[in-house]
Amino acid sequence: MSTPASSVVLTATPTDHAIARWAALAVALSLVDASLPTPLPGLKPGLANIVTLVVLMRFGMGAAVSVSLLRLVATGLVLGSLFTPGFFLSLAGGISSLAALTLAWKVLPKAYFGGVSLSLLAAFAHLAGQFALVRFWLIPTDGIFYLIPPFAAVAWLTGLVNGLVATHLLRVHFLERPPSC
Amino acid sequence: MQAHAKFTTIAWHRLLRSGDWGMLGVSALLVGGLFSQFWSKQVADVVVVRAGGKVVAELPLRHNRLLAVRGALGETLVEVRQGRARIARDPSPKQYCVRQGWLTHPGETALCLPNQTSISIPSPHPAFDTVGY
Repeated sequence: MSTPASSVVLTATPTDHAIARWAALAVALSLVDASLPTPLPGLKPGLANIVTLVVLMRFGMGAAVSVSLLRLVATGLVLGSLFTPGFFLSLAGGISSLAALTLAWKVLPKAYFGGVSLSLLAAFAHLAGQFALVRFWLIPTDGIFYLIPPFAAVAWLTGLVNGLVATHLLRVHFLERPPSC
Repeated sequence: MQAHAKFTTIAWHRLLRSGDWGMLGVSALLVGGLFSQFWSKQVADVVVVRAGGKVVAELPLRHNRLLAVRGALGETLVEVRQGRARIARDPSPKQYCVRQGWLTHPGETALCLPNQTSISIPSPHPAFDTVGY
């Protein structure tokens, strides 16, 4: 296979470029997250989720999934944590929150539920996914349930703040107005 | 225009729709529920193992483990599992302490009298175990 008979040409569409740009922004925010000091490992604001939310509300679920998964793998590469337990923790959280977002995006009526609801659901799903992985794989004892309450409180707060920021950014930059205004 | 609005001039509450407020309330209740579920039974966190009247071990209930203790008749097997403790095996003839099953609450004790071994979950506010008149 030293000289391939034919070569495959991959053409990046403008959509691909846009997704790559959003993912790059999300990676930058993930790095900010990773560099913030925290009292408990894993307790962080999840700033990259703002990007996921904005992309979801602006471009739909498919784009949000791409950006989120690209961000997870690229952040793993940059931090050197690819395929370490920390990476799988992020992946479990990311996949869970994407699943929750998919469901919420389909089910919740958009006239009543905005970015904050999506953000909160994603935050709690993230937490649930991570703790499921920790309980069944990394630390298989019920003792870790003791850590759930503070993490849930932080998930509530970061879910609210990230949801507000995402909604605000959408409204300012894409002039998306909710029906009530 | 609004793109350069200062943090304090943004009407944050107007970014929330009615369902968002509901979602915030419900999830706050969930967080409260998690605190009461996982943080209220803090006192039952250790089991004290005694043999021949002496404390031989204090095991945290958070970590599953098995501990064999020598008594007067033979070996007593103490099992800690999922925040509970029990005597799993004991040579005492009537097996009272084994049949007592799992101890979960502070103040509970399982006593293997013939073998002179016991486990108990200490309570910061000991309940009465005997009242005489």
